[in-house]
Amino acid sequence: MPTILVLATTADGAVDDISLQALTFGRRLATGGPVHALVVAGEPGAEGTPAEATAAGFGAYGAAQVHLARHPAFETFAPDAVAAVLADLAGRVAADAVVGPGTEAGNTVLARAAARDGQPFAANCIAATLGSPAQVTRQRWGGTLQEEAALHGDRAYVSVAPHAVAAEALDGSSAAVDAFTPDIADADLVVRVVDRVAAAASGISLAEAKVVVSGGRGVGSTDGFKPIEELASLLGAAVGCSRAVTISGWRSHVDQVGQTGTKIAPNLYIAAGISGATQHMAGAKGAKKILAINKDAEAPIMSAADYAVIGDLHQIVPAISAEIRRARGA
Amino acid sequence: MKVLVCIKSVPAVAGRITLTPDARAIDTKHLGFAIGPHEECAVEEAVRLIEAHGGEAVVLTLGPSTALEQLRDALALGVARAIHLVTDGQEWDPESTTAAIVEAIRADEAASGPFDLVLVGNEAGDSADYQVGVRIGRALGRPVVTAIKGLSVADGRARCEQEASGGRDVFELPLPAVVGVLEGINLPRFPSVPGRLRAKSKPVEASEPARPAQRLELQRLVVPQGAAKQAVVLGHGPDAAPAVVEVLSNLGVL
Ligand SMILES: Cc1cc2nc3c(=O)[nH]c(=O)nc-3n(C[C@H](O)[C@H](O)[C@H](O)COP(=O)(O)OP(=O)(O)OC[C@H]3O[C@@H](n4cnc5c(N)ncnc54)[C@H](O)[C@@H]3O)c2cc1C
Ligand SMILES: Nc1ncnc2c1ncn2[C@@H]1O[C@H](COP(=O)(O)O)[C@@H](O)[C@H]1O
Repeated sequence: MPTILVLATTADGAVDDISLQALTFGRRLATGGPVHALVVAGEPGAEGTPAEATAAGFGAYGAAQVHLARHPAFETFAPDAVAAVLADLAGRVAADAVVGPGTEAGNTVLARAAARDGQPFAANCIAATLGSPAQVTRQRWGGTLQEEAALHGDRAYVSVAPHAVAAEALDGSSAAVDAFTPDIADADLVVRVVDRVAAAASGISLAEAKVVVSGGRGVGSTDGFKPIEELASLLGAAVGCSRAVTISGWRSHVDQVGQTGTKIAPNLYIAAGISGATQHMAGAKGAKKILAINKDAEAPIMSAADYAVIGDLHQIVPAISAEIRRARGA
Repeated sequence: MKVLVCIKSVPAVAGRITLTPDARAIDTKHLGFAIGPHEECAVEEAVRLIEAHGGEAVVLTLGPSTALEQLRDALALGVARAIHLVTDGQEWDPESTTAAIVEAIRADEAASGPFDLVLVGNEAGDSADYQVGVRIGRALGRPVVTAIKGLSVADGRARCEQEASGGRDVFELPLPAVVGVLEGINLPRFPSVPGRLRAKSKPVEASEPARPAQRLELQRLVVPQGAAKQAVVLGHGPDAAPAVVEVLSNLGVL
């Protein structure tokens, strides 16, 4: 039976759900074999550092042994240091696979650990089976395409695409927590966060908005977004856009929805003047309902949307705002 | 300073993706090619660094002969010269891609001095392996940061910013270093007509590295079956507004 090591990350000292998903994925990969987890933490009591209880919490999701690496260097993110501890632990427990969350932090640490260990790494997997070679199914193009691949190595490094599996607790299981202080070489501390600068608070966050109103190339200009903003404000919605808009300089990249922009998951997504390219829709997959406003009844977005209005958005969007005001009696 | 930017040519898919009969690649019969958005920003960042500090920007790709077009695009924006590692069109896995790029970097550095910075995209537009930059850094013994949305260079150090909840995390790396760039770090310029003309006569050094055994071996691509929907048309033009508001009301978002 295979031995699995899972990299668990924490957010502000708490277990993050993506790591629990990775742990669930790792447990299934283990098919009954031992599951280890690595949690890194700063000095006990330091702000944002997970406690032993947090580490033990991973036990409920199937880690039999949690390794809690405590080191002052871990008070801020130091990806090479985490990777060094991960690769070293993988050797010590003779892991057949090292699994982690398919987040920016998870992917960069796993890539670094795989490189140190001289092993291949498959990012953003949705399925895997071990063997020689191991088999993986992974996401490409933001999930609009899947790749089936063989992983030829002595140890499989895989990250798990967010929401590929749901985190599932196991009844009555708990983990032994082994706290230790790793040796960290200075060279592995060259890359670390040395400062945090605060950002100006902005309006409704695109990623968390319940309603998003987006405009695409069809909006035509920076000013063309005024009616979109007006509709968004009536609905308490965030404003989004396509890449055609950001590369034209009409809006900032923080508003971009898609593969290389923000992934959104609103109850309703209103997309005006957007054709529905796969890379745009890769960011809108999480939307429960989609309303497309487009002058082209054959646009690709029509086969992703639930509702559509056909015609010129410059007339339709203000008409919807006016109708909302009328319905509200204002 | 001397800056290298690594780009990958990817099919410019828009609507539904069609695969080749062996399902190992996207069918590009009716498609053009492009470089990924992160890499477009990496090229822009390289050009800005050279404009600010002087020196030379070099662009590199490992890809088929058609990728020359994407190299010319970068040359049109102000990159001085290109390195083309020509393939037969088969994909290379991240480890073999890294090995070929690292060999080319070593050769170029032996001939014309070290690169202060190697810029890569955070992840390739098509394969999204999230590792080539990290592996280049490891192989060359240079520090690497990924997911970077702010970059400045002074006194032999690179200040790199990464988005974090409520702000930005700052890394400070000694040069030479490798930086993985995210789209949004800048707004790339469009090439000018004179820029396009100049690009035609800029040097492109081509070679054909051998493709080693693949350890992340692509076997098959699959287009996931999304629930194929057909939108309910609520109406045409502004007259559809009442029907839209009724839907909004039923969805509870009013
Ligand atoms: C690797 C990669 C990553 C990418 N990542 C992203 C990403 O994250 N996000 C993203 O958005 N794109 C991304 N793209 C780009 C993507 O392929 C498309 O080019 C882009 O989404 C097109 O934007 P658009 O729909 O606004 O423009 P178009 O495709 O030009 O569509 C405009 C639409 O507006 C309609 N229209 C025009 N005028 C009107 C009007 N007056 N009233 C109503 N409708 C009108 C047209 O019928 C058309 O359907 C990526 C591309 C690559 C290669
Ligand atoms: N074939 C290639 N040629 C040149 N650069 C590449 C190639 N593949 C990947 N890269 C660079 O490495 C980055 C990360 O790629 P990846 O690890 O495949 O997601 C890309 O954004 C490119 O900058």
